[in-house]
Amino acid sequence: MKKLILRQKYLIDFTLSSLKRRLAKNLGLLLVYTLIVFLLASVMLFTHSLRREAGIILESSPEIILQRLVAGRHDLMPAEYLDRIGRIRGVTRKAGRLWGYFYDPAVQANYTLMVPRDRDLGQQEVVIGAGIARTRGVDVGDFLTFRSSDGRAFSFRVVDILEADAELVNADLLLVSEGTYRDFFGIPADRFTDIVLQVRNPSEVRKVAEKLTVLLPDARPILREEILRTYDSIFSWRQGIVFVLLGGSILAFVIFAWDKASGLSAEEKREIGILKAIGWETSDVIRMKFWEGSIVSLTAFLLGFILAYLHVFYGQAALFEPVLKGWAVIYPSFNPTPFVDGLQVATLFFFTVFPYTVATIIPIWQASITDPDAVMR
Amino acid sequence: MRLSDRLFIFIAACLALLVLAFVDAAVRVRLAEPALEARATLVRQLELTDLSLFTEARYTRHLSQSDIHTAFQDHPNSFDHFPSGSLVLPPSHLRVP
Repeated sequence: MKKLILRQKYLIDFTLSSLKRRLAKNLGLLLVYTLIVFLLASVMLFTHSLRREAGIILESSPEIILQRLVAGRHDLMPAEYLDRIGRIRGVTRKAGRLWGYFYDPAVQANYTLMVPRDRDLGQQEVVIGAGIARTRGVDVGDFLTFRSSDGRAFSFRVVDILEADAELVNADLLLVSEGTYRDFFGIPADRFTDIVLQVRNPSEVRKVAEKLTVLLPDARPILREEILRTYDSIFSWRQGIVFVLLGGSILAFVIFAWDKASGLSAEEKREIGILKAIGWETSDVIRMKFWEGSIVSLTAFLLGFILAYLHVFYGQAALFEPVLKGWAVIYPSFNPTPFVDGLQVATLFFFTVFPYTVATIIPIWQASITDPDAVMR
Repeated sequence: MRLSDRLFIFIAACLALLVLAFVDAAVRVRLAEPALEARATLVRQLELTDLSLFTEARYTRHLSQSDIHTAFQDHPNSFDHFPSGSLVLPPSHLRVP
């Protein structure tokens, strides 16, 4: 056993010396290889983490949301619909929601205005998300002035800033009282944005939604499970899209690595010829090349994955911010919770380390079974 | 020191960092539980439905609440022009071959 380990150590020594002789070329390969693993691992870690987090926190969103559609577009919900819904078995609570969008020309950002049910706000009081506070440069006690739908100026005093820790859901929120909301947007007292329903038994949600569509044919129920499914598939799709975009660079790398690994240079062929001439067996040559492939690919995987972990979970996935931000002004500042899927990491390991190692062995096997004299010529 | 020994030390250090990353992830997920609960509470209290990740347009801000015809909501031939719209999943019935 000890002899076997010593033999492998000598082989690794020889492999490393051989790699050192072509240092620039091999370092270049290692750098590109590490970069590819880094990008793939970053996308994988970021999307998996967001998917898990969205699943956990949106599990608390309303069971059913009822939207009214007029000519195929979302319209305000008459308050009398709450009475028309009546008493559907299983529904424990039903209430109208008031929310909408406001475009702030001062910073060219879109806000989400909401009327909170859990806090009483004065006519001129506002609670803002940390994203708005950062973008507008305001703090508690400062004033924000917006122009309403009919051109009047509304001044609001910031009485609180929502937790910065929850920016992923509150970055662009602006909470005002019901009276202010209706006055600001000119929405009559008998209208809501939509209706939320709480259902006691989760297995009854679909049945309740069916009853709602019969009772209110112009309304569209949105179930919590649909919200969760939307986010689950969006992050899968995003992950898929990024992989597609990365596809070009990955293919370029595959061609480069394949060429490097499978196409033997004249120098390498000569080296094999000499090794065989001085008594190396074919199996030793193959083992040496196996170690070469394993060292390069394993090093690239380990470095790439560790850098990706640091980038996503300690660097706020800064490289992805421009992609996710798009044209938005407000973007939540958040550190993804490090949910790491072991199976995904294992899959990445298999698809990055295994093919390269195999690609290095095959041509060497072909070269090493030929006559040393022919190889050296 | 032999080259192979140096390599083993390097690989061992990288493997230790990899294990440390998994341990760090497990610890931070445990530590993040109260924060996740607080976020869930905020979602429950304000009856929120979406993440404020893409605030550039109303149908990307509230992906789950947007019109059925999003992203072609303004006109059937009006293609989506927001960058994040190009990354959002099309409706499931359009994906069935």
